Amino acid sequence: MIQKKEFEEKFFRVLMFFSTLIIAAALIFIIFSVLYKGLPSISWEMLTQVPEGGFYFGREGGILNAIVGSLYLSTGATVMSFLVGLPLALYMNVHLVRYGKLVNTIRFILDLLWGVPSIVYGAFGFAVMTYFGIRVSLLAGTITVTLFVIPIMVRAMDEILKSVPVGLLESSLSLGSTRAETAYKVFFRQCLPGLSTAVLLSFGRAIGDAASILFTAGFTDYIPTSPDQPVATLPLSIFFQLSSPIPQVQERAYASAVVLVIIILVTSILSRMFSHRYQKNKINF
Amino acid sequence: MNRAVMRVSRIRVGRLLQDKLHVFWMQICLVLVFILPFILVAGMLYKSLLLIEAQPLTELLFSKTWKPMAGRFGFYTFIISSVWVTILALLIAGPICLLTAIHLTQYAKRWVLRVMHPIIDILAGIPSVIYGVWGILVVVPFIGNYLGPFFGKSVSGYSILAGAIVLAIMIIPFILNILIEIFKNIPPELSEASMSLGAGKWQTIKLVQVKKALPGIVSAFGLGMSRAFGETIAVLMVVGNVAQIPKGLFQPGYPLPALIANNYGEMLSIPMYDSALMLAALILFVVVLIFNFASRLIIVKSEKQLA
Repeated sequence: MIQKKEFEEKFFRVLMFFSTLIIAAALIFIIFSVLYKGLPSISWEMLTQVPEGGFYFGREGGILNAIVGSLYLSTGATVMSFLVGLPLALYMNVHLVRYGKLVNTIRFILDLLWGVPSIVYGAFGFAVMTYFGIRVSLLAGTITVTLFVIPIMVRAMDEILKSVPVGLLESSLSLGSTRAETAYKVFFRQCLPGLSTAVLLSFGRAIGDAASILFTAGFTDYIPTSPDQPVATLPLSIFFQLSSPIPQVQERAYASAVVLVIIILVTSILSRMFSHRYQKNKINF
Repeated sequence: MNRAVMRVSRIRVGRLLQDKLHVFWMQICLVLVFILPFILVAGMLYKSLLLIEAQPLTELLFSKTWKPMAGRFGFYTFIISSVWVTILALLIAGPICLLTAIHLTQYAKRWVLRVMHPIIDILAGIPSVIYGVWGILVVVPFIGNYLGPFFGKSVSGYSILAGAIVLAIMIIPFILNILIEIFKNIPPELSEASMSLGAGKWQTIKLVQVKKALPGIVSAFGLGMSRAFGETIAVLMVVGNVAQIPKGLFQPGYPLPALIANNYGEMLSIPMYDSALMLAALILFVVVLIFNFASRLIIVKSEKQLA
């Protein structure tokens, strides 16, 4: 009897160990296979030129349009969702702190919105654009991505702001500061490391998403000079190049994938560094 | 004397005005988020009404004929493909997540958790198009060259199974994060009580912890499924996109999000087609919303029970 019990535990412990290993291995495997396939075809010309005449037949040119376009689009979307997200997250945790039910309802709605697939945002955005006769553009893409990123950013910020002790709020208010001052001068500073992580997380989401900009941002060989022009993006550039039958173009898709992976990894590492560095300035309770 | 009072009051007014302005903007943001889901539903419903009025909803959902040019839209094929891919992905990801979560919260040393945290985070942050690239590079050839022939079938590799494997890895970090939270939140007194009665560690985990965490586990799986159901680009790249009802794991499929992504934008000249794709988006939205709603409700309920 006892032996059976022990065997069962051993058996499951081995299984557990291996499933943990599988997850770790999956990440290494994914990154390694993308780098292995893409690194050989990456070149300086590719990173610094926009597509030339025969680009889509495998001739000269690069993906600078997609790199810059992606940076424009996701920076714009991050800034816009910051302008909506930070006030909302602060409002929930400073002004509404006594209305727990309302705050929980907002969280619930945000969680629901977080779950909405980005293709739904994309399709909706496109429908709105056709209704008003707006053409695909950087601005339209940015707004669509903003809608999709807001719930992610607010919830991430909310998780951080939630952890601020009530005592800090009370002492700030008792010294005569208004709620808005408490929010921006106390809560914002106290949570700066966590908030910057939330912003970087949102940036990573914005730059990686393809489904929401498939119909709204368009695609172009040029770097946009104003918000009403269409814009190329890395995920779509990878997607389109990979569906080409020409091997050279496919190679470039793999190289573009390397660029995207590196941007994502750098964002992730940066956000970790931020949250470690600013930890020192934090008031501890 | 008057000057001093005026200065003080001016500062006061400025600060109060500032406060009012901030609160005003905050409330606008709040209202924006509150009405966003309703705008989404209203917009999609408005667009898809054209088709719903032309064909009964049951026929749209359960008919297999997809002939846009003839004006016949049956979503059954696509819905079934989506269901297949989603359930398979959960079958792969579910057990792995559960076992890993138990391992990380009960058995593993602290450094393992410290290593696994960034791994899970990065896995969650990898864009879906990269998963798609990986699927084309690794999963599709593996199924086409090894797994298919192993079962005596000659297949291209672009299949339901490939979509499910890629999806499974995409939803693993998502489910795992929730599961770890849930296992961490189980009060330690429960395990202590169980162990003090003579139960072993594994017995305690199996009979006390997992039992206590069951609502959480169910809802984590529900959230994972809804994530998988709406995932677009990665699945689109590996699933084959053939509009037929898949009869086996190695057959290609055509899930709903892929249908929208492949056809939307070009088919505006046919208003009915446009309306049909909007309906597809609405179906996605509603299904995902129901799954999310149910799962979150279970989590909230069980949290209340614990507290």
